[in-house]
Amino acid sequence: MRSIDGAVLDLKRLDLLATADSVIHRLDARAKVLTTLVFIVTVVSFNRYEFTALFPFFIYPVVTASLGNLPGGYIVRKIIMVIPFAFVVGMLNPIFDRELFVRIGPLAITGGWISCASIILRTVLTVGAAFILVGVTGFLSVCQALERLGTPRTFTVQLLFLYRYIFVLTEEGARASRARELRSCGRKGLGLASFGPLIGHLLIRTWLRAERIHMAMLARGFTGEFHSRQVSGFGWRELFYVAGWSAVFVVLRMENGAQWLGRLVTGGLS
Amino acid sequence: MSHHIVEVKHLQHIYADGTVALQDVSFTIHHGESVAIIGANGAGKSTLLLHLNGYLTANSGEIRIGDFPLTRKTLPEIRRTVGMVFQDADDQLFMPTVFDDVAFGPFNLGLPVEEVKQRVKAVLEQVGAAHLQEKPPYHLSGGEKKRVAIATVLSMSPDILVMDEPTSGLDPFARRQLMGLLRDFQHTKIFTSHDLDMVVDLCQRTIVLHQGIVKADGPTLEIFNDDTLLAECRLEKPLSMQGCPVCGKGR
Ligand SMILES: Nc1ncnc2c1ncn2[C@@H]1O[C@H](COP(=O)(O)OP(=O)(O)OP(=O)(O)O)[C@@H](O)[C@H]1O
Ligand SMILES: [Mg+2]
Repeated sequence: MRSIDGAVLDLKRLDLLATADSVIHRLDARAKVLTTLVFIVTVVSFNRYEFTALFPFFIYPVVTASLGNLPGGYIVRKIIMVIPFAFVVGMLNPIFDRELFVRIGPLAITGGWISCASIILRTVLTVGAAFILVGVTGFLSVCQALERLGTPRTFTVQLLFLYRYIFVLTEEGARASRARELRSCGRKGLGLASFGPLIGHLLIRTWLRAERIHMAMLARGFTGEFHSRQVSGFGWRELFYVAGWSAVFVVLRMENGAQWLGRLVTGGLS
Repeated sequence: MSHHIVEVKHLQHIYADGTVALQDVSFTIHHGESVAIIGANGAGKSTLLLHLNGYLTANSGEIRIGDFPLTRKTLPEIRRTVGMVFQDADDQLFMPTVFDDVAFGPFNLGLPVEEVKQRVKAVLEQVGAAHLQEKPPYHLSGGEKKRVAIATVLSMSPDILVMDEPTSGLDPFARRQLMGLLRDFQHTKIFTSHDLDMVVDLCQRTIVLHQGIVKADGPTLEIFNDDTLLAECRLEKPLSMQGCPVCGKGR
């Protein structure tokens, strides 16, 4: 129960980080959203056996997170949470794809393992970038930016409600399971039998609560449009930001940055 | 001017499970009046209030706010006129920070950013929550949440203020502060409360609900002097109207 509570508060903390002020925070949200999109597309566009060439891409999340003063440990912990999911996706590759890829001494590495590792690395990069985007922009502003970039309003509003709904659901879940735990007197509750009604109850409660919150929004003049206190325009700074990063991504995509760096070092040594 | 009149005629509400929460409720509240709706737990107070800005729809009966009957078409306009504070503040707060939450309404009214900032600051000060501005609402204490919830509604400067148990969960100081605030609010106000001393203090008129019907409607002092009525509706005299149990002197 504490873990559910904690996880949610932890997620909310991400939104809270976005209210801070830094060079990155002050940029127009559209610039950050666009750059992140370019980043994600570039990372995903690599072929499935690419591994080393992905590493230089860490420069983007690392630089944005540190310029945005995001707490590193917190972000890393969030990202580690998704690794198991990525592993499940890539898990079967080593079984089906047994073609030898490289041999390092006695160790034979098959293509399957490489592609599995590649999936994990790509997940870490893209999810990390998305987390950091929310951390320096705020989910609300991300949705606004998407809308101003031409995404249909129904879509962005749905996205926003979905995001809020996650919080409502987990909060209600935490309350219900706390109540259950307190009354089960240290035993394991009534076992699985009490879980069925609990879940049903939870869904109804969440639904009603979401309705009331929606009502509170309507009561305060909500018409499907979200506003934020940050006024920003897409100026030269934003243009440079998007163009600069995009150029970096394209170069890293064309050239294998890791090999290039390696060559530079070995070249310098010989 | 009939602008801020609240008129309820033969309102009936039956919940989906068959509970008759309101049987037949009628009253008219005029501009600038301050009216308390009191009654035992489950008398139907919250249900009644939730009709006033269209959250619940009546099974039968009619509601008029100002010049308009409450219908689907007039709903947006009516919701702008009627500011509603829910019984549970958690239902009212949904933005990442207190500031954003209070600013939500004014932004939707289309006010410019600078004015919104000023308003937010002003109402938060009014309710004594200025120091909470950058905190996330879910990290507030119960009473703090309540104060912020009230601020979110005040920030829209409603013409009719509707509050469901505004003082429940407030500490004595915050309660006094809120009472002062309500006294200064010049427009129509309607609230439910179990805080009968506040009712005596703030409202000239009181409506007593009992099992979904209006049992009494009249001047507050008259109602609290009617002992049979109070007993019948599971109510008591406010402490300020009872004899002092310590010094033994009545008032
Ligand atoms: N969603 C619902 N479905 C079915 N019955 C309901 C629902 N909400 C309330 N009721 C019932 O309607 C009646 C009136 O409830 P209401 O919440 O209006 O009471 P109240 O006067 O506000 O009480 P309190 O002083 O405890 O807040 C109660 O008997 C309650 O059980
Ligand atoms: Mg109630």
